[in-house]
Amino acid sequence: MPDLLLELRSEEIPARMQRKAAGDLRKLVTDALVDAGLTYEGAQEYWTPRRLTLDIRGLTAKSADLKEERKGPRTDAPEKAIEGFLRGAGLASIDQAKIVSDPKKGEFYVAIIEKPGRAAEAIIADVMPGIIRDFPWPKSMRWGRASAKPGSLRWVRPLQSIVCTFGPETEEPVVVDFEIDGIRAGNVTYGHRFHDPDAITVRRFDDYADKLMKAKVVLDPARRKEIIATDAKNLAFASGLELVEDEALLEEVSGLVEWPVVLMGSFDEAFLSIPPEVIRLTIKANQKCFVLRPQSGEGLANRFILVANIEASDGGKEIIYGNGKVVRARLSDALYFWQSDQGDLPDLDMLTASAEKFGLDLKKPLDQRMAKLDHLGVTFHAKLGTQGERVERIRRLARELAPIVGADPDLADRAAVLAKADLTTDAVGEFPELQGLMGRRYAELQGENPAVAAAIEDHYKPLGPTDTVPRDPVTIAVALADKLDLLVGFWAIDEKPTGSKDPYALRRAALGVIRLVLENGVSTNLMDILGYNSYTMHFFDFLDYIASDRYAEERFNKSNVRGQRSELLLHGELALHGRDPSFDHSASKYEHDRERLTGLDLLSFFHDRLKVYLRDQGARHDLIDAVITPEADDLLAVSQRVQALGQLLETEEGKNLLAGTKRAANILAAEEKKGTVVADAVDPALLRTNEEKQLFNAVIQTESEAGQAIQNEDYSAAMRALAALREPIDSFFEHVLVNDEDASVRANRLALLARIRSATAQVADFSRIVG
Amino acid sequence: MTTDHMNPTRSFQGLILTLHNYWASYGCVVLQPYDMEVGAGTFHPATTLRALGPKPWNAAYVQPSRRPTDGRYGENPNRLQHYYQYQVILKPSPPNLQELYLGSLKAIGLDPMLHDIRFVEDDWESPTLGAWGLGWECWCDGMEVSQFTYFQQVCGIECAPVAGELTYGLERLAMYVQGVDSVYDLNFNGREGDEKVTYGDIFLQAEQEYSRHNFEFANTKMLLKHFEDAEAECQALLQAGAPGDNSNQRLHKCVLPAYDQCIKASHIFNLLDARGVISVTERQSYILRVRNLSKACGEAFLLTDAGGASIAAAA
Repeated sequence: MPDLLLELRSEEIPARMQRKAAGDLRKLVTDALVDAGLTYEGAQEYWTPRRLTLDIRGLTAKSADLKEERKGPRTDAPEKAIEGFLRGAGLASIDQAKIVSDPKKGEFYVAIIEKPGRAAEAIIADVMPGIIRDFPWPKSMRWGRASAKPGSLRWVRPLQSIVCTFGPETEEPVVVDFEIDGIRAGNVTYGHRFHDPDAITVRRFDDYADKLMKAKVVLDPARRKEIIATDAKNLAFASGLELVEDEALLEEVSGLVEWPVVLMGSFDEAFLSIPPEVIRLTIKANQKCFVLRPQSGEGLANRFILVANIEASDGGKEIIYGNGKVVRARLSDALYFWQSDQGDLPDLDMLTASAEKFGLDLKKPLDQRMAKLDHLGVTFHAKLGTQGERVERIRRLARELAPIVGADPDLADRAAVLAKADLTTDAVGEFPELQGLMGRRYAELQGENPAVAAAIEDHYKPLGPTDTVPRDPVTIAVALADKLDLLVGFWAIDEKPTGSKDPYALRRAALGVIRLVLENGVSTNLMDILGYNSYTMHFFDFLDYIASDRYAEERFNKSNVRGQRSELLLHGELALHGRDPSFDHSASKYEHDRERLTGLDLLSFFHDRLKVYLRDQGARHDLIDAVITPEADDLLAVSQRVQALGQLLETEEGKNLLAGTKRAANILAAEEKKGTVVADAVDPALLRTNEEKQLFNAVIQTESEAGQAIQNEDYSAAMRALAALREPIDSFFEHVLVNDEDASVRANRLALLARIRSATAQVADFSRIVG
Repeated sequence: MTTDHMNPTRSFQGLILTLHNYWASYGCVVLQPYDMEVGAGTFHPATTLRALGPKPWNAAYVQPSRRPTDGRYGENPNRLQHYYQYQVILKPSPPNLQELYLGSLKAIGLDPMLHDIRFVEDDWESPTLGAWGLGWECWCDGMEVSQFTYFQQVCGIECAPVAGELTYGLERLAMYVQGVDSVYDLNFNGREGDEKVTYGDIFLQAEQEYSRHNFEFANTKMLLKHFEDAEAECQALLQAGAPGDNSNQRLHKCVLPAYDQCIKASHIFNLLDARGVISVTERQSYILRVRNLSKACGEAFLLTDAGGASIAAAA
């Protein structure tokens, strides 16, 4: 069976786009061929910075012949209808159609349309231009003479040539002839830009890949990665060092070269006083080089690994020299940032107001940076105020959360105050991804409590479902406060995630809260924190304040104060501290309702995230639904109930109990629907049989025991209490007829069933459980 | 080989002259710098305006560029508030533009079998010019030595055809080929001993003085006023030269002078920015105001001869 070779060669494709583009090409081409009636045995994509290649094996040479019968109008249909039928079926005259008779419909025309199969070459030539023209690049461009006219070809960078050959292994493959914007498919490609720039004529994939390899192009990206990784490790090992592996960097670097040549450079040991993360990022982000560590594993070595695209005629001396020069310049900048962040800021006297507000010690560098963050009035979000204001809120909330999570409130307070201070450091300005980590380093240097330093780094965690969850109570308090403030804030201004849009990563924040709470066993009622406590009251007051003219005026006045080179020159007592003392704290009923509704809406968002989380942990979704109520705001309790319920239902007792309660609920529902009278309460005097008396006693017992257990947050005990109902329910249904002739007895029995429902409902809504 | 003092690896001016020769032999008009303060070679009307319209255009020139916020009082060996860009603009972009560029590197002494030359993704955008393009940073041994851009839009107008723009950072390139670590140590004239003139001899004092000016002394009140004036003048000139309803006058008659005012406004904005008197929110609005000027100039340019208005009319 024939094979297809396709190569789209262009000027350098951005490394980050190559993998996806090659995959898209495979999918688009194979889908189009299959749609056109061809089949294939296998397809494999390859890429380099300068080409996307597709190797399709075992393609059918021709699509199958198709025969289609098309039903037409009745033979006595009007002329117009028959003409339309002929046009649609592609017939020249009505004689070419068959006449078929049907007992019901009479005689009508049928056209037999035969579509002969098409040669694969023709199909390929047909589909390729469209695929190339509409290729899903994230960003594409026009170029050259053709771009003078509208509708010219767009590609990620100028497309230079197309190879497209087709044919069975036993024969000379043919060039599939098609053209797009003056680029005609052929069998010629080019090797390495510098090593072997001459034209190469190719036949099929095998000789294509071989010839490219000889022309110093490693076509297979996996092979290039392997070469880089292996050579880098060997080179490191030979110097008694170890490569600091970095998959993302490896992927990128392999997309920057066609012929990887791994070399090692070095820098002055003095730079090793910079934190290793900063060195690694500096060298990685700017130079796309790997760093190395001593084999003992401590810190970094003063060496780096670079990947060149040529086998240089001097063995790489110039390349190493040049890269080393740039790395040194970059590290000089980084060293400067690291040192200047540990020194005093100029104009400290301007920061005193901010320092007082946060209880900062302006003798300490990180305290100065926090004062600066507040003083500059850097906007967090136009409707949610400045970073300083946000820190003030987080601080308040962290202090409130501290006793709940078992943290020292003063440490939580201090950690919250310093948590965002590193945003104004030079190091974080250069590498935003180091936020938190740099704060921790600077906090350690100025002798902060280790719990405070750890909280500064880890309060951003967990950043998603697989990130580690902080365990230290101080960190938990600040991490929860950070995320809750974010959620409450965006809910208050009604900028919630919709569909795939979640620009402030609020889903991640909610999941973070859930994981912090569940994985640390934090028992707390979120609505108390979100809905009615002093924090949220302040929040809503604050929003009103921001919306007020007074706020705008203060901002304006302050922004005209001339400071050092700053963005927004805003300082002083704002928002939370500077509220108008005459503000009416009784707040209107409307305000109160607004908060409560917003709170419930946010809570239901938490419920959605919790369901996803618990399901990922393997919980049954019907059990989650059975346990969650719209007001359920103790996430830990919900999770524990789901777990206990799951355990109960795995036992024989649990299964029978479920069957019994379902049966009770069904009878009750059916009777309620019929309008049968159900007594308001069970009247013990009307209980006739032993079974119903026993059941009644058991229900009372269960109610009290389960209630007590829930109060004690002992959900297993609550389930055990429920399980005790199984036996009396079973024997009740075995021996007692609910539908007694005596209406009052019947009403009483139905009331007993209702009592079962309410007793079990304390624990879960059994009607939502499947099975 | 040229005489030694003209060697691009020993002489800053030799480097410039080598590039001039190279691009002149390709067929570029070799222009002189624009006689106004600009932030980059792109602002030269030979690029901004000539990139618009259908007429072919190939030009090369050196452009002194001013970035007031990059002033370091002459204390940073790599950063200057005034430096030189070598600018090449080829419209339409020729199919072998990458090869032409690599040829120019060879001409100034960078052998691609000795040095690792790479095209690394870098999308270019100028918010004040309403311009963007796709291309690369060109790396030589890990150092960015040029910007390579296919203009897609300039002055908010789609380029048709697309122009290719090459921008060489001359100081950085020269530092590399001369092997010096400080820009001020660059040999400017390629002579040795008493005859040698360095970059520092010529520009160190200027860097110090202009840093003071940019960060401390520039009169912000006056600059704010000048910004307003330049903006108003640009609009007034565009208005004055605009084609009337009369069919005899279908060309715009005053685009280049108006564009000068746009350049002026842009530079004043940069100075005000360096002086720290523009807040984040204001910053956006200033950029937008300059962009509106450049867009208006670009649209007017399309109504001129050089902008291809006559071709369009004839067609």
